[in-house]
Amino acid sequence: MIEIKGLTKKYGSFYALNDLNLTLQEGTVFGFVGANGAGKSTTFSILATLLQPTAGDAFINGKSVKKDAHEVRKLIGYMPDFFGVYDQLKANEYLDFYGASYGISEAEREILIPQLLDLVNLTHKRYEYVDLLSRGMKQRLCLARSLIHDPKVLILDEPASGLDPRARVEMRDILKQLKGMGKTILISSHILPELAEMCDEIGVIDGGKLIAHGSVAEIQSQLAGERIITVKIKGLLENASTFFEEDPFVSKVEMNDEKNSITFKYRGSEEDQIELLKKALDHSLRIISFSEAETDLEDVFMEITKGAK
Amino acid sequence: MKQALSNPVLIKEIKLRFRSMKSFTGIIFYLLAMCVFVFGFIMLTTSFTGTGYFRPEESFFMFTMLTYIQLGLILFITPGLTAGAISTEREKQTLNILLTTAQTSFQIITGKLTSSIAFLLLLLVAGLPIYSLVFLFGGVSPGQLGIIFLFFFLTMLAVGGIGIMYSTIIRKTIVAMIATYGTMIFLAGVTGFIYLVITGMNTMATGSLATSPAPIAHFFASINPVVLILTLIMPTQSDDFITQTTNIDFPIWAGYTIFYIFITVCSILIAVKKLRVNMKKMR
Repeated sequence: MIEIKGLTKKYGSFYALNDLNLTLQEGTVFGFVGANGAGKSTTFSILATLLQPTAGDAFINGKSVKKDAHEVRKLIGYMPDFFGVYDQLKANEYLDFYGASYGISEAEREILIPQLLDLVNLTHKRYEYVDLLSRGMKQRLCLARSLIHDPKVLILDEPASGLDPRARVEMRDILKQLKGMGKTILISSHILPELAEMCDEIGVIDGGKLIAHGSVAEIQSQLAGERIITVKIKGLLENASTFFEEDPFVSKVEMNDEKNSITFKYRGSEEDQIELLKKALDHSLRIISFSEAETDLEDVFMEITKGAK
Repeated sequence: MKQALSNPVLIKEIKLRFRSMKSFTGIIFYLLAMCVFVFGFIMLTTSFTGTGYFRPEESFFMFTMLTYIQLGLILFITPGLTAGAISTEREKQTLNILLTTAQTSFQIITGKLTSSIAFLLLLLVAGLPIYSLVFLFGGVSPGQLGIIFLFFFLTMLAVGGIGIMYSTIIRKTIVAMIATYGTMIFLAGVTGFIYLVITGMNTMATGSLATSPAPIAHFFASINPVVLILTLIMPTQSDDFITQTTNIDFPIWAGYTIFYIFITVCSILIAVKKLRVNMKKMR
């Protein structure tokens, strides 16, 4: 559905995007994560035919954003990170205008608009002026606007930014519904946990380069590399500490006398981890619990982007 | 025609314009100003002469004044309506969304231009009843008024096109406005001044009116709307004067029409070309 080949955007000597390659299948929900200025919005702007790439190309449903820009526009629904609304235009008129802009007939628009307003929970606001709506409502209305022509691909640039927790949850619920409709969705955020729940795949971008791509679990295991393991011991901690320090995959062993536990970082595979536990039991260590700590996605993101710099 | 009128940008712009109080107050003040001028002029003239008559030559003078007021209005209001058409969308962050729709750049630009022209036409039409008072007193033919309105329309189109072009290529509305007003001052003022300077210098050099053709002077006279209106109101006298000073017998209205159609087409084409990035361009 989406194929990005060597996409590069240069401003003078600065690379906003550097040789980005990515392929996404139809129906995928792809989360694009990166710090501010990492290249997320640049990528989305190129995909939305708003920005000319310096090199490379991107294809949506086989249509090149460079050569078939007009066709690409019909395939995508784009929601920018910052957008304005027209004064003196009501919510239903706002959708009507964009519907007409996509060549949808008046009769079809009359059926579509109530459905879209219902999808984004704005039916009760259909006769309200758009500029008087709250930020969360404007974001939802903009999302409805991007769906008016039933696009195959949705490009959503930080759709939940600046929203309060309730509005974020509402936005997330709507996106889950869209995922259920089989739309291919590209969604960006600088907050990894926000995307983890709803995305099939995640790409981490930093300094214009895609530094990680895969499912959330893959990214956690492949790139974070280390797992944090906590072992609760009955008996002397020193003996256990010495034992674990001897393992080649173990680092940063710390003892917690109060909790009678040892925490260390482990780099080995899952098989190695099983072997380590077996050895520890054979070594007569009295283990009460042996558990892997939940990796904080924020920490993973910080670790990945730190490595890239 | 039906397709042109179903342009979504045009419909949206007209809707927004007529929901704004600014448009209504603008029309009211414009009509009030016209009324004050026309009725004030008639009152003053009849009072001064003491006869209570309003002669055809006075009616003709009032018509001339009204025509120049209308021209001033077009040259002053059109840039204000068009020079922010695209840049305001950019500043309000609505342009990017508009550009990702299936509308062509031509549709967007013509929609914006047509809505501005439509509002100006409404102003002119709203003022027609007052304008038509001149017919009560004679001195002006309806055909003359029709021709003048045709040239008003052409001027609006050209000035509107220039405004839209600047609005597209310049990011800031205020800069686009300054550029458009600057161009208006050049077309309505500087061109006339250049014409006078060239013909004046020729006269001084030869000691008489032009003996050899002065195409540059004629060109600058042709593209000046003030000169054009003069040739439309007083065709015989003004055409003779221009022919004598430039030694070129080519109607001013023809030169004006060719130049302003050219300007309109070029401005719209540039705006259409520059509205979106050229994704195909090789770097």
